[in-house]
Amino acid sequence: MRREIPLIITTVAGLVFAVSYFIPHWPFGEAESIFGDWVAIIQAFAIWLGALNLVKVSLEKIYRKKEDALYAGIIIVCLLLTIAVGFYDGFTGGPQSSFRDTGTSFDWIYRFVYTPLTSTMFAMLAFFVASASYRAFRARNFEATLLLIAGFFVMGGRVPLFHLLLKPFTDVPYFSEFAGWIMAYPLTAGMTAIMIGIALGIMSSSLRIILGIERSHIGGGA
Amino acid sequence: MELLGIWVAALLTLGIFSFLYKDNPVYKICESIFIGVSAGYWAIANFFDALHKKFWIGVFPTDGSDPDYFLWFGALLGVLMLMRLSSKIGWIARWPLAFIVGATAGLYMMLYFVSNAMNQVSSTMRDVIVVNSDTQLIIWGETVGSILIVIGVVSGLVYFFFSKEHKGIFGRTARVGIWFLMITFGAHFGYTVMSRMSLLIGRIDFLFRDWLHLLK
Repeated sequence: MRREIPLIITTVAGLVFAVSYFIPHWPFGEAESIFGDWVAIIQAFAIWLGALNLVKVSLEKIYRKKEDALYAGIIIVCLLLTIAVGFYDGFTGGPQSSFRDTGTSFDWIYRFVYTPLTSTMFAMLAFFVASASYRAFRARNFEATLLLIAGFFVMGGRVPLFHLLLKPFTDVPYFSEFAGWIMAYPLTAGMTAIMIGIALGIMSSSLRIILGIERSHIGGGA
Repeated sequence: MELLGIWVAALLTLGIFSFLYKDNPVYKICESIFIGVSAGYWAIANFFDALHKKFWIGVFPTDGSDPDYFLWFGALLGVLMLMRLSSKIGWIARWPLAFIVGATAGLYMMLYFVSNAMNQVSSTMRDVIVVNSDTQLIIWGETVGSILIVIGVVSGLVYFFFSKEHKGIFGRTARVGIWFLMITFGAHFGYTVMSRMSLLIGRIDFLFRDWLHLLK
């Protein structure tokens, strides 16, 4: 029963969403709407499962006095503080207010802690991408040279430096025009092929899941 | 509070950037703050957006409408998901997981079939020779581009077809597909580098303009 019930649940849920695309009337249309609400509720619980698991793992680190126990403590304090502030702002405001409203303490955390940390983390990737570029953009063969040329022109077309270098010879922004041409035609061709490939892959994987051939998500082999 | 916020944001930004020198305790503290605040933010956002707005208001409506008792099943599956924390009855979390996987498979199968497969195929079927409607002359730039798109899509799809060995005319077509894919990856890589650079410029702009007031 530990395997059969999840398999039945998977098949029913998958069939309802797939069939309701073709038959958006009763009962499939209504079932899709109900199942859609359930998905949103389960996803919210899954996020809370992740947060609770983070607390559990961090508490274990503190209990076992591991070397990063201090950082585990900071994680728990920041998590609980953010949740407490969010609950306070969410429940003390009026019915029309939200915890996201400008001026709330939760908004302060979002603007001055969460946003700077997120954007700085991603900005740091600029340095690591630069070193990765050095390795990726070496013209070892014809294919790598195509990669190099496309990357060079797309990057060069988005900064004014190359336009300034060509300024004594021509006013036409050749770099940015060629970058635009690469984005409009060869990139579109490659992306279309990739997207069609992804779609075919997702369709076959989804069918395998719905038909119960793929069972790795319930702990069984494919 | 605004001034305090700018100082906090600036110090956290510098703390994260300190990793560029080497891994250090200041970076680890900022990283831990990031993990804790991110988890808390998404937990609260999902609580109010899904659990409160969708479930609680749906089951106990305040506007006089009929309660939606079906939502209790969703909440029950959600509670079963939390059983994952227990080692003894953790297996029961497979039920909501199976529901999510099945629903996602059914939904994405149709969404990707329409948006990625059919729409992309129809957008590839364009006029190969593009003519100016006023002068009746061929627009060579767009014509070459259209031909390139058709060649690129067909050869790229041939490359992804692994059921036949890439030999002969099939292999040569697949090789052309690789060229288009390499141009795509190069352009995407360049685009990603520039987006990360613009984020970096944004952070440095924040430090020099909002925090230090060195830029006007």
